[in-house]
Amino acid sequence: MEPKEVSPYTRTLDCVHCGLCLQACPTYNVLGLETDSPRGRIYFMRMLAEGRIADPEAVRPHLDRCLDCRACETACPSGVRYGEILESVRSSMARQRPPRGFAAWLRRTLLTRLVAHQGRLRFAFALGRLAEVVGVRWLAGAAGILPRHMAVLLPPIPPARERRPLHGTWPARGRERGRVAFFTGCVMEQMFGRIHRATIEVLTANGFTVDVPRAQACCGALLVHDGQAQEAEPLARRNLAAFRDHAVVVNNSAGCGCALKEYGHLLGSAEARDFAARCRDVSEFLHEQGLVATPRPFPHKVAYDDPCHLCHGQGVRKPPRALLGQVPGLTHVPHHDPESCCGSAGIYNLVQPELAWQIGTTKAKALVASGAEAVATGNPGCMLQIRAHLRALGSPMRVVHPVELLVP
Amino acid sequence: MDALRRQLLDLFGPHRAIVNEAALLAYECDGFTVHKARPLAVVLPESTAEVQRVVRLLRAHRVPFVPRGAGTCLSGGPTPAQPAVVIETARMKQILRVSPEDLLAVVQPGVVNADLTRAVQHLGLHYAPDPSSQTVCTIGGNLAENSGGPHCFKYGMTTDHVLAAEVVLADGEVARLGSALGPHAMGELDLVGLFTGSEGTFGIATEITVRLSPDPEAVRTLLAAFASMEAACGAVSDIVAAGLVPAALEILDQATIRAVEASVYRAGYPQDAAAVLLVELDGPALAVDEDAQAVRAICARRAALSTEEAADPENRKRLWKGRKGAFGAMGRLSTDLYVLDGVVPRTRLVETLRAITGIGARHGVTLTNVFHAGDGNLHPNIAFDGRDPEQTAAVLAAGYEILELCVRMGGSISGEHGIGSEKLDHVPLMFTPDDLEVMRRARSAFDPEGLCNPGKVLPQRGSCAEPARWPKMVERVLGGGEGR
Ligand SMILES: Cc1cc2nc3c(=O)[nH]c(=O)nc-3n(C[C@H](O)[C@H](O)[C@H](O)COP(=O)(O)OP(=O)(O)OC[C@H]3O[C@@H](n4cnc5c(N)ncnc54)[C@H](O)[C@@H]3O)c2cc1C
Ligand code: SF4
Ligand code: SF4
Repeated sequence: MEPKEVSPYTRTLDCVHCGLCLQACPTYNVLGLETDSPRGRIYFMRMLAEGRIADPEAVRPHLDRCLDCRACETACPSGVRYGEILESVRSSMARQRPPRGFAAWLRRTLLTRLVAHQGRLRFAFALGRLAEVVGVRWLAGAAGILPRHMAVLLPPIPPARERRPLHGTWPARGRERGRVAFFTGCVMEQMFGRIHRATIEVLTANGFTVDVPRAQACCGALLVHDGQAQEAEPLARRNLAAFRDHAVVVNNSAGCGCALKEYGHLLGSAEARDFAARCRDVSEFLHEQGLVATPRPFPHKVAYDDPCHLCHGQGVRKPPRALLGQVPGLTHVPHHDPESCCGSAGIYNLVQPELAWQIGTTKAKALVASGAEAVATGNPGCMLQIRAHLRALGSPMRVVHPVELLVP
Repeated sequence: MDALRRQLLDLFGPHRAIVNEAALLAYECDGFTVHKARPLAVVLPESTAEVQRVVRLLRAHRVPFVPRGAGTCLSGGPTPAQPAVVIETARMKQILRVSPEDLLAVVQPGVVNADLTRAVQHLGLHYAPDPSSQTVCTIGGNLAENSGGPHCFKYGMTTDHVLAAEVVLADGEVARLGSALGPHAMGELDLVGLFTGSEGTFGIATEITVRLSPDPEAVRTLLAAFASMEAACGAVSDIVAAGLVPAALEILDQATIRAVEASVYRAGYPQDAAAVLLVELDGPALAVDEDAQAVRAICARRAALSTEEAADPENRKRLWKGRKGAFGAMGRLSTDLYVLDGVVPRTRLVETLRAITGIGARHGVTLTNVFHAGDGNLHPNIAFDGRDPEQTAAVLAAGYEILELCVRMGGSISGEHGIGSEKLDHVPLMFTPDDLEVMRRARSAFDPEGLCNPGKVLPQRGSCAEPARWPKMVERVLGGGEGR
């Protein structure tokens, strides 16, 4: 982690224009446009700083289409910190001229009004569940209030019993090996209570006492990716306080985990860097510590798909695969390009639906071709996106979080 | 102009025609960042018919075109030297046919080099030419540059692997050059051979038939570290003299090793060595075993500090990773990178490298070396800040002297990166006015009106009477402007 001072402009100069990142970029792959490639976008951001592009609006669509998946960072031999540059530039562009239109409204509402406030989010989901039961979601899609593919993407909202908050302490079962804090996230808690429960079960069964502090907040990742870094800072500070006393902070969402690990950059303080160093993805943590509770047998063919914010963002590739390898009966089947983005990328599939659709279809086709019966991936957005696209292709393949397969 | 842009938009739509001035900046240079020039527009056709349509339209407007693949060229090939429209092949990436029996594949020009190998590897086949940019560069670009790669020492350059090409000429006509049976099978002129390496100045290839090669039975990769460059080059000479034909013989100098080890392409190369030699042997298992023994013995005789061998594909990939990423890793040293490409006889490598170090020091530039030692193909890399005209001029002047040196040593000004706009000034170092006239005639036969990538490869008539003492590119940089 570097101090905050290095300007995004200086970072753009790390790019030597070699192009080795091109094929890693999902938007370049679909569109074939240099303007929608990492090299092109970095060049635009450099030219904005050098004044050769006077009006940012001229290149905004190309920057907006970026998934911020960071596949380009993995591919770049020159060490360009793409995510940092993009997030800074998005922030300053948003400050200069707040975006307008439906997509912008949706963004603002989703991000600042709902996601950042657990209470409101809980309320919204309760309303959503009600609507679900009454069939309003289908109506909304049919009546064209939501674009069709957005309506498809919206997953069914789980029943209330799965959305109950998990705050409190969950004692280790058997001999206690240690104590961890569990970061639950915002959308995760509402949409994926099932996965949270599985995470707690796996951790406690493996000898860890799990604290779920009530005072924690949303990680702020969606805000940072969307160029609203200042809005994310108070959230980050709340989390620093909530987890001050925990040696290890475990999370089960690649996007949140990546954001937590980048608090050092966001806040630029020693305390934030220290917090970041204590954060672990659940797969990373379990792999470090070793499983002592044998998972339930799962005699099926499983493909593992790397969430961008786990492989490119956090450099975690081996642990989930190694853990899945310990599930009795499970056969791991490889598929083409597991590290390429599925097109979910935060709220990307809501604001760039056509492009996200194409990228998601490519991913789903690769999975179907692998012959897998289930796909495991450790990020809620990716799970939703992949499932929607599998269903659109008529595939019944199950979509699970790796930790669900580790439950004893 | 506006009329033309409007017509291009009508033909291709907003996602396949770029006409916005700001957006066009993304296309103002390739990997050679000294030469910058914005095209008038960029279009992305998806079929031969669409290429024909745009070429005809441009000809009607008397506007030249420049083909472009992935834009990884290191000599300014896809950057317009005169106002022109770029025809980008990134959406022509279908593999049209694979024939394992005939050992060939028919591809669209935008197919990425490594994707072709990936698509045929389940058949035990691969596409042999392997430029270090192979994960992104296109078969069309490879054809146009006659690209090479580490394995070309044994297997030959792109031209040895291209059987036929369908090309759209400047007037929009489609020509088929060569045949699937091989360029000489029909007893005709080797036109596809002539087209290969023409850098987009003869027309644009829209379909390419390439040879596929069977995977070797066994592969061995060795990495030897040496305390001096002399010892490393000595080992290469000994290997060749012993009658061994390794698939690849690559050398990285110390500065390159350190840059690589500091990057994501970290390969575990020994950082205290003055040079490392990467040797790859392939063929029947028994022969490869024997050859590996012989290489080890030679390295030991040349007092190698260590010799490591990759025991499995994973480790082989690791040893190669540093070599393949050397260019980008060098990018960490400054904002821009100038990758030179010269050839000298193998026996004069050490002497040349020493002189190159001297030239670098005299011009005050940071210089590292990585090269295909087997064919004496040098790649001195110079890191610099392209925003500083004086520094850029010093780098170009050093580059000019280095290539001049290569020619003096009995070598040439390009091994594989092409002439493009970068080396126009250097061409007279190698060719007489008569040589150039012959090449011009060949070019005119394909493109009589000079509409295909004009201003590249061949300097203008008259400018070649005498080699330039002070490269024009330097004058252009110091003179400011867009460096055209
Ligand atoms: C990191 C790095 C490593 C490299 N390593 C090597 C190496 O080991 N060996 C090597 O030989 N080169 C190397 N290169 C140079 C470059 O990658 C090659 O020249 C490559 O073949 C260019 O392919 P491209 O698709 O990027 O073509 P572009 O750069 O887009 O174009 C190159 C030239 O080909 C022309 N062209 C493109 N497509 C067509 C077409 N369909 N028909 C006609 N003309 C066309 C263009 O007009 C231009 O003149 C390297 C470059 C980089 C950045
Ligand atoms: S790989 Fe890195 S240095 Fe090369 S063009 Fe992409 S971002 Fe720039
Ligand atoms: S972050 Fe992803 S989408 Fe954005 S430029 Fe990089 S690879 Fe492309």
